[in-house]
Amino acid sequence: MSTDTAEHVDSHDEAHDHPSDRKYVQVAIILAIVTALEVATYWMESVPGEILIPVLMLMMVYKFFYVAAWFMHLKFDSPMFTKFFVAGLILATIVYGIMLTVFEFWHKG
Amino acid sequence: MADAAAVSHGHGTGTGLSNNKLLMWTFLGSECLLFGGLISTYLIYRGRFGDGPAPGDIFDIPFTSVSSFVLLMSSLTMVLALSALQRGDIRNNRIWLLTTALLGSLFIGGQVYEFTTFLREGLGYTTSPFSSAFFTLTGFHGVHVSLGIVMLMSLLISSFRGTLTKERSETVEIVGLYWHFVDVVWIFIFTVIYLVPSPTS
Repeated sequence: MSTDTAEHVDSHDEAHDHPSDRKYVQVAIILAIVTALEVATYWMESVPGEILIPVLMLMMVYKFFYVAAWFMHLKFDSPMFTKFFVAGLILATIVYGIMLTVFEFWHKG
Repeated sequence: MADAAAVSHGHGTGTGLSNNKLLMWTFLGSECLLFGGLISTYLIYRGRFGDGPAPGDIFDIPFTSVSSFVLLMSSLTMVLALSALQRGDIRNNRIWLLTTALLGSLFIGGQVYEFTTFLREGLGYTTSPFSSAFFTLTGFHGVHVSLGIVMLMSLLISSFRGTLTKERSETVEIVGLYWHFVDVVWIFIFTVIYLVPSPTS
């Protein structure tokens, strides 16, 4: 009986951990605003690439992790899921960072 | 049935986590390597357009921005579909699943339009190393979105058959993980391929 109750409470806790629909809409609005800012940079021709590219990369990384945290529930789920995903992400970054270096991508700007 | 649902939620597993979710996250981690390779190849070849059209001359940023926005909003509808099912709201779950599939189809329609426009302007798959890398990367992403639409339609069919219930909401969550991943990959592609200033001829 007590085990049943504990499992019942567990499953309810899991459900309560996820945000409300209102929160999801708020997250989507923030993502839409960041996307609009990204797109706006297309018409800012006077901004030099040395500033524009890092700003675009920052906004991209912010959107990436914001979607992963809220929509993919990494913020609420077990850290083990994050570790599995981030392991692939880090491995890809290292492998292709080396590949781009070998092909002298950074020298070409 | 109840036991299967318990195991899928991680109550009967060695890690205490859902094996299905763990498998999907591992798969998504490996997908980072696939798309990392395709994006890196594009970056290396984007300046090698030869006599063909250059990326900076051919990309239609306003059009692709709308497509990107559509895909981003499909992530919202996907998460709303999951939320509805977790509440036991089958009707709204179906509505949001269908909306997500329609938004995904709209994105694919946009990609088909973009590809045919490029072909008409002289950018074929073998025109230059740039075109091959571009079509391979965006084509692979398009195939992923299309597979996601097939999964969403399968969920809808399951729902109408009465097998997609609140107890089996993890199935929607796992398809949702795949869908959101396809969205975050596009977040990368959109910025790196389209928004970062490209070479012009």
